[in-house]
Amino acid sequence: MSFWFWHGLRKGIQSTRYPARAENTPGVSPGRPVNTDFSTVEEAQLAAEICPTDAIVAHGKSTYVNPGKCVHCQLCLHSLQSPMNWETGYEWTRLPADGKEALPFPASFAKSMHIMVVDAGDCGACLHEVKQLNNPLYNMHRLGFFLTATPRTADLLLVVGPVSENMRGPLLKTWEAMPTTRKVMAVGGCAIAGGVFGKSFMCACGVSAVLPVDFEVPGNPPPPLAILHGLLVVAGRKSLNSPRPISEGRP
Amino acid sequence: MATHSSPIAGGNIAGLADLTGMIVERFGDQVAQLRAGANFILTLSVGQPSALPTLAQFLFWEHGCLFGGITAEEHSNHWQIHYTFLLPGSGWIDVEFSMALETKTLPSIVTEVHAADWHEREIEDLFGIHFENHPRLGDFVLHDQIWHEGIDPMRKTFSAERPQLERKVDLEWQPLLVVGDPGSFAMPVGPVYEGGIGESLHFLLETVGEDVIRAAPRLFYNYRAVEKIAEGRSIPDALLLAERFAATSAFAHSLAFCLAAERIAAVEAPPRAAALRVLLAELERLRHHAGAIAAICESTALAVAAAQASIIEEQLLRASCVFTDHRYLFGLNTPGGLNRDFELEQCKTLLATVDKAESDLRILERRLRLSSSFLDRLEDVGVVIGESARDLNLVGPIGRASAQHCDLRRACSYSGYGRLAFDVPCETEGDGYARLRILFAEATQSARLIHQVADTLEGGPVRVAYEVNHAGAALGWTEAPRGAALHWLRVDERGIVERYRAITPSFNNWLGFHVAAENFAFQDFPIILATFGLSATECDR
Repeated sequence: MSFWFWHGLRKGIQSTRYPARAENTPGVSPGRPVNTDFSTVEEAQLAAEICPTDAIVAHGKSTYVNPGKCVHCQLCLHSLQSPMNWETGYEWTRLPADGKEALPFPASFAKSMHIMVVDAGDCGACLHEVKQLNNPLYNMHRLGFFLTATPRTADLLLVVGPVSENMRGPLLKTWEAMPTTRKVMAVGGCAIAGGVFGKSFMCACGVSAVLPVDFEVPGNPPPPLAILHGLLVVAGRKSLNSPRPISEGRP
Repeated sequence: MATHSSPIAGGNIAGLADLTGMIVERFGDQVAQLRAGANFILTLSVGQPSALPTLAQFLFWEHGCLFGGITAEEHSNHWQIHYTFLLPGSGWIDVEFSMALETKTLPSIVTEVHAADWHEREIEDLFGIHFENHPRLGDFVLHDQIWHEGIDPMRKTFSAERPQLERKVDLEWQPLLVVGDPGSFAMPVGPVYEGGIGESLHFLLETVGEDVIRAAPRLFYNYRAVEKIAEGRSIPDALLLAERFAATSAFAHSLAFCLAAERIAAVEAPPRAAALRVLLAELERLRHHAGAIAAICESTALAVAAAQASIIEEQLLRASCVFTDHRYLFGLNTPGGLNRDFELEQCKTLLATVDKAESDLRILERRLRLSSSFLDRLEDVGVVIGESARDLNLVGPIGRASAQHCDLRRACSYSGYGRLAFDVPCETEGDGYARLRILFAEATQSARLIHQVADTLEGGPVRVAYEVNHAGAALGWTEAPRGAALHWLRVDERGIVERYRAITPSFNNWLGFHVAAENFAFQDFPIILATFGLSATECDR
């Protein structure tokens, strides 16, 4: 059995250097469409029309993307004659669209933050990406982020999924059981705007319909590094993607 | 240690001609019509409801058919209920029964085919059809402490958009406890547990102290009514739902949906697309199995092995992202083929990662076999004997660890699997270790399939024009990483979805979880859970 010890040692340190250095290994992020200037009005119209969730809005020759609505179907990348511009990064954390000015935690939280995760009707992808933060390649423990099993000791509530009706009660109970320095982070397109599920008798169309949300991490699903960026923003160790998201609907 | 089975289970399966003859002989006056069609090799229209249980018993037990599921459809003036069975090696059999909308009772087939249990409970909860002689109906998808009975959301008269705010809920509702010994109590786990990193589901561990006597899962916390909200959407919009209700096997489900849509329009994906679909489906299986192995190692607290397996999984996620621009293979399938083509160089890069992952998994397996304390925790834990697995119709790696050979890639080939060489690993012990061995063996076979496809990839288009201009219904099926997935799709002449039904492997297998979780020590619970490797969200839809 001691061979596990040697086997582990021989592998050496595998963790990413992020946030000290940018992580550029291929495949860590799928990227996402960004605001694009086309050469004709028609091209911009086509890009807006192909988007199944109206995440792309055309305005003259330009298109504007609302990342919260994007479900990453890739149609605007692969099915257009002139595709949308594509961003390769992962520092996407933003404030919610309601205009509330959320502040990160005070400096005393910067080195240790306890996270409570709630799966509120998630498809499994966002939750899986959160789980990846525990693997040696991301290893969020090295940054002082810990998952906690009880809401009583949790600082941050990380919610994935559009909030299904059957999970609304457990989600609220978890939130109420947390100490009031709490922050709420909605992770993934479904948690932000309902994703492909939208509003129905069973889906609340996002966490903000149930709880006050402080930070949003767009993506479908956001890759582990995007979620890690979100955690660093909440802890006050990284800055937001942009001070204000592009307004919903109209540019 | 692993035995490789022949593709078709059992030796007592009569051919189709024999089967038809026997049905005519035994059920002559009760089966109104017998016909073959594009969808099913055999459709049996049943005239008398009383014939349903005996016919189901005949097909499932006497003829070794496998149970697919039950699909209820509401038409303008009648109900149509489909009982789907698989004749391995031949194809799907549809037992169809129609009744007037006012009739809302049916004889239950559960007394004959236990695997139909949850299907009937689901239909009762969502459609309001009562099943006579079913031992336990009521609280299932719609939890009784937040929804009252009689809502029936799948009825056409129910609007999915309107929030149901007025509810007369049962505040006295209590979960059903079975163990009545003095001093026994139930320990609740979930729906938020493990720091929330586990999917939302609830367990009642009934115990008298150290040992858990019974553990019953309560699911559907993640129920998003996918089947309901798909109605009224166009096929591409409904595909988004099929792909995203269970993202850890997104490709398998979107493929099953596309195969159904293609069958309705009588369109077939071009050979290059079919081959690439196999490659992508196997990539997903390989990645899923690496993740499942990591979860098993983690459940036994073997930290280094868990870390190594999760590194393999992450490398495969990254390779998927480099290859397809998405870590979970979203946005690739489309009715008529694939949304995009891949270049030879890309395939070569992918193959290098797949080879590396496969050899790393082999090394990991060798080391795990030498770790006696790890094996002690898996062996004879969570045992599902072959008879139980057959009785409950367990599918996928869990079924194959309990001597159920069925693999849809073989038993009812699709997308060109019939032309490829691969083994279907099978074990007989049915314990946690057997399930782990199956995962490793299947990962090897997936890598083998990816190689075969990449080596023999033909040129040509990856997509054909797709248009629906007539009403129709069809069944699509795939062997998803967790087992058989069936997608039933009915569209009108404009291509708008009228009924969409997804029967998922997790839905099938959660039914059998309680068999594995009987009389065990508390500390074995996470291990049983991990070796089952089921997804709650895939079950809930």
